[in-house]
Amino acid sequence: MRVPLRWLAEHVDLLPGTTGLDVAAALVRVGLEEEGVHRADLTGPVVVGRVLDLVAEPQKNGKTINWCHVDVGPAHADAGGPRGIVCGAHNFAAGDEVVVALPGAVLPGGFAIAARKTYGHVSDGMICSAKELGLGADGEGIVVLGEFLPGTRVTPGQDATALLGLDEETVEVNVTPDRGYCFSVRGLAREYAHGTRRPVADVVRDPAAVDVPVAAGPGFPVRLADDAPLRGAAGCDRFVARVVRGIDPAAATPRHVADRLRQAGMRPVSLVVDVTNYVMLATGQPLHAYDLSTLQDELVVRRARRGETLTTLDGTVRTLHPEDLVITDEAAGAPASSRVVGLAGAMGGQATEVRAGTTTDVLLEAAHFAAVSIARTARRHRLPSEASRRFERGTDPQVCAAAAELAVRMLVEVGGGVADPAATDVGTPAPPTALPLPLGFPERIVGRPFSDAEVVGALTEIGCAVTRDGDDLTVLPPSWRPDLAQPVDLVEEVARLAGYDTIPSVLPTAPAGRGLTPQQRARRSLARALADDGFVEVLSYPFVAASVHDVQRIPADDPRRRAVRLANPLSEQQPLMRTSILDSLVEVVRRNVSRGLRDLALVEIGSVTHPLAGAPRAAVLGTDQRPSPEELEALLAAVPPQPLHVAGILTGTRRGPGASADGFARTGEPVLWADAVEAARTAAAATGVRVHVEAADHAPWHPGRCARLVTEQGHALGYAGELHPSVLAAAEIPSRAAAFELDLDVLLAQVGASVQVGDLSGFPAATQDVALVVDAAVPAGDVEAALRAGAGELLEDVRLFDVYTGEQVGEGRKSLAYGLRFRSGERTLTAEEASAARSAAVDEAARRTGAVQRA
Amino acid sequence: MSADPDAPGSAPGGSDADLVAPAAVQAALDAALAAVAAAGDLEELKAARLAHAGDRSPLALANRAIGSLPGPAKAAAGKLVGSARGRLAGAVAQRQTVLEAEHEERVLREEVVDVTLPARRAERGARHPLPLLVERVADVFTAMGWEVAEGPEVEAEWFNFDALNFDVDHPARQMQDTFFVADADGGADSGLVLRTHTSPVQARSLLTRGVPLYVVCPGKVFRTDELDATHTPVFHQLEGIAIDEGLTMAHLKGTLDHFARAMFGTSVETRWRPAFFPFTEPSAELDLRFSLGRDAERGWIEWGGCGMVNPNVLRACGIDPDRYTGFAFGMGIERTLMFRNGVTDMRDMVEGDVRFSRAFGVEDLSASTVAEVAPAAAATPTTTEVGL
Repeated sequence: MRVPLRWLAEHVDLLPGTTGLDVAAALVRVGLEEEGVHRADLTGPVVVGRVLDLVAEPQKNGKTINWCHVDVGPAHADAGGPRGIVCGAHNFAAGDEVVVALPGAVLPGGFAIAARKTYGHVSDGMICSAKELGLGADGEGIVVLGEFLPGTRVTPGQDATALLGLDEETVEVNVTPDRGYCFSVRGLAREYAHGTRRPVADVVRDPAAVDVPVAAGPGFPVRLADDAPLRGAAGCDRFVARVVRGIDPAAATPRHVADRLRQAGMRPVSLVVDVTNYVMLATGQPLHAYDLSTLQDELVVRRARRGETLTTLDGTVRTLHPEDLVITDEAAGAPASSRVVGLAGAMGGQATEVRAGTTTDVLLEAAHFAAVSIARTARRHRLPSEASRRFERGTDPQVCAAAAELAVRMLVEVGGGVADPAATDVGTPAPPTALPLPLGFPERIVGRPFSDAEVVGALTEIGCAVTRDGDDLTVLPPSWRPDLAQPVDLVEEVARLAGYDTIPSVLPTAPAGRGLTPQQRARRSLARALADDGFVEVLSYPFVAASVHDVQRIPADDPRRRAVRLANPLSEQQPLMRTSILDSLVEVVRRNVSRGLRDLALVEIGSVTHPLAGAPRAAVLGTDQRPSPEELEALLAAVPPQPLHVAGILTGTRRGPGASADGFARTGEPVLWADAVEAARTAAAATGVRVHVEAADHAPWHPGRCARLVTEQGHALGYAGELHPSVLAAAEIPSRAAAFELDLDVLLAQVGASVQVGDLSGFPAATQDVALVVDAAVPAGDVEAALRAGAGELLEDVRLFDVYTGEQVGEGRKSLAYGLRFRSGERTLTAEEASAARSAAVDEAARRTGAVQRA
Repeated sequence: MSADPDAPGSAPGGSDADLVAPAAVQAALDAALAAVAAAGDLEELKAARLAHAGDRSPLALANRAIGSLPGPAKAAAGKLVGSARGRLAGAVAQRQTVLEAEHEERVLREEVVDVTLPARRAERGARHPLPLLVERVADVFTAMGWEVAEGPEVEAEWFNFDALNFDVDHPARQMQDTFFVADADGGADSGLVLRTHTSPVQARSLLTRGVPLYVVCPGKVFRTDELDATHTPVFHQLEGIAIDEGLTMAHLKGTLDHFARAMFGTSVETRWRPAFFPFTEPSAELDLRFSLGRDAERGWIEWGGCGMVNPNVLRACGIDPDRYTGFAFGMGIERTLMFRNGVTDMRDMVEGDVRFSRAFGVEDLSASTVAEVAPAAAATPTTTEVGL
């Protein structure tokens, strides 16, 4: 809401010397956020000038310019007296008073004025048009003050910025949804009084405080016929209609009204429309004007019927919904003639609109519509208008008649119209509900004492009627505050009028807590371990394209293809929520590579969404009590599982060129499938969970270079390895990139058991090496697992130290050399004991994998 | 060298008496000392030692000849030869020490490397500053006895709105703010949304943890804003909620003052403005002013919203509002990072440029503010190889 300072000052006493910033600060104090203070973008000397003479001089280019002498007052006079100014416009004559921008002035748009030589003269200033002064887009001609400000006495040299209101500040505040009444000068005047801690009764002059004459009889027939109220509230509970006839179609909107509309951010249109908008800004009551000659005999407010349409003022044909509240007209006694003439509270219809230049008789509507009904209609038809903005926040049902009267008076005074002595005022708005308030309640919520006088005083100030019975108050909110619905709402009023800065700062003592959970600590440990291992943590948006699954060669029946789809995605190209982090992380890889950052180890920790097939719709439960256990269980089950994942992608070189024992190693080590597998192991190890690795074939990985990570309990954690070359090509990622993705929910579920350690043996270790020849396809992990299983308790450690393929072991075979370390907790092992254990290990490897000890 | 036929040890002939003659011993000693002194390195010293103190050296032969001398001569010769051998051994040891020191010095000099060469290793990794900041915030609250709760990002509308006293006709439920999950028919009636704030975790915590309750809930939230320098459709919030007997706005103020000091240093000032949120009443917006970072001179900046939990929320979660009161607050983590670390463009936080995360290292160890980061340049750098 924007309010020009002078308009505000008409309705509340501003403190002496108050600026726009001061007003904004006072409003901020009571809860209206400052959006800005605006004023005309104009500086320097802009003064009144009287044209002494002008000579029209035709130019070679076909134009005719006027060479003028202008009296700009003694303070601004040139050494030789009046100033000489060249002007291209012709709508003025000698003797006219005009507006002159003198050298040094800067007009809106940064247009700097200087004396300059043009058309053979030195032009010592500029005679300004309305447009050049920022007074409107359509003012091409020179401002002639006698026409622009009729009846205003001006003298040459007088400051024109003040004269034209160009120095006026406009304060813009953001109105929170609970304070609809602040969309008016009326409401802001009250709030400014609160913000400056002065009684409303002393300083505020309510713009709606006008005497409404008693109607001479029933006016234009209006019937309220809402047979389907929304949420129990009748769509319209008050409708005031007034008729003004004989308005001069040529009557113009008074300048101060047009200025104020513009300053408030609205466009002047025509006298009737401008008057309704002006009264709305003043009182907060939206008004609508109908061309009386276009209406049938009676107005009826009802719900729309299925199939009805309305062409609204903006020219759009709208198909109405049975929930829409509409204004209709019909011929007396002929219900079949009913037609929709307006979408109540949102926008009027084209057929009955007031037409500039032709309309002479108007019917003014000032009604109170139910907030919910207007909110839904405005949303449904995407019609956020000045009117709907006010109605959906709740307007004052008691201000309708006054607002209509204000508009009638303006149309009579300015437009020369005559008001019908009869008037319509139908409907009975429900009175506000009285609220109980124990006197001690504000202190219980706010945490500082309030005297009885403070509580009663604050509530009275905001317009409540307060009655006291012992320590209990009964508070009747004012008609313009439908937001005051429960006792805590009153507490906020007491607290904000006292000032939030009066609330003390006291640190509460929470019960002793348990700190982070083991899972939360494990997640930190994992993130830190991967960062220490060279991974850079990034975050990507979870929105992905439907094509992402094809790009990754995800099989048709894979559950990862079942993704949550957004009804209103930001981009129609990315309507799905990711089912794996790799879905969205590849884009981050591409972005970095495109910025020349090619050696990457990226990691992201985040959630993915795995909707269940056939999950029920999530119910919208009531809010008046705790949901039943069954309701809650069903609701929680309707929310799709969203496991936390960690995923990483590596590209380029893992270890760059650098110092080596031989001097300087020139080549870096390219990223390898093993780096991804090792990263996955590092992640698991950081959480203390033991995992093993087995060969797998799983998209989007290379079928021969993909490892599955499995916990000791047999839970699959995820996959790691080199990505499929076709996937890399389709995703436009450098070749040989490696990746891993683990389900952290599965991993972290294993966290938490405390580590139990036995005594460490001080006896010497016996080491034995063994080389085993197996089929080339046998995974080394299987051989090692067999060695561990066969070696028995004496085995302390197994380490693979060589892999050999070649002639000595034969085609399709490989040799794996392991170092085995044995140790006993009770004695020094003999060579025979160690050898026996080694033999047992080899035997088990032979049994499980067909391993043969290499000769 | 030891095989040199002209070496003193191989001098032919001569009787035992000749061998121990004082002149001969002196000559052998002089020759030996000269050779030791002349040895330029450890190898030469070894050769000199073998030649002049070895088994076949004149002094060794003289020593062996002593035994065959007549008694009176034996003692004198023994003293003479012993003294000579002692002097030689001393000279060798002395020379050895000198040469060893010289050798070591030379070796160390030869082994000088360029210690500024990079090692052959992977580039260092880094955490993203947003999760790091979330961890830091969690530490501030767990230190006060609070716990950290989490909730889903795809959330039931009831938790995101209704349970929080957002009326079904509230503007915040309109299409332009909220991502709705499509239903089976492609409509928006699935009852699910991408949570627009972390506040649904309030309701979940109230329902599942009960009271007294002191939890913070950090997490991702979603609004249908296009990405630009100051907006992102996916951002992070921190929600806090405390429900207990006797909690007031004064406690809310104390908690947020402490939180603000922990984040921005002890010089931070806080200011409350009355505001409106459906789930709190009374409500306030919290502004900050502090003198850290790049924009030390700036005025009040909006940090977050807060208020006393609306009794309607407590009722929806089965908590008796006549007995319990409580407060809730919510802050944007991105905004906090922008203020603390001088990040000026929201896009740097979300695009995943590794240079952005790297500036923050692996841990947030700052007392109250950390190094500012330069905006990441989106243009492709020019890589040129230069040989110098």
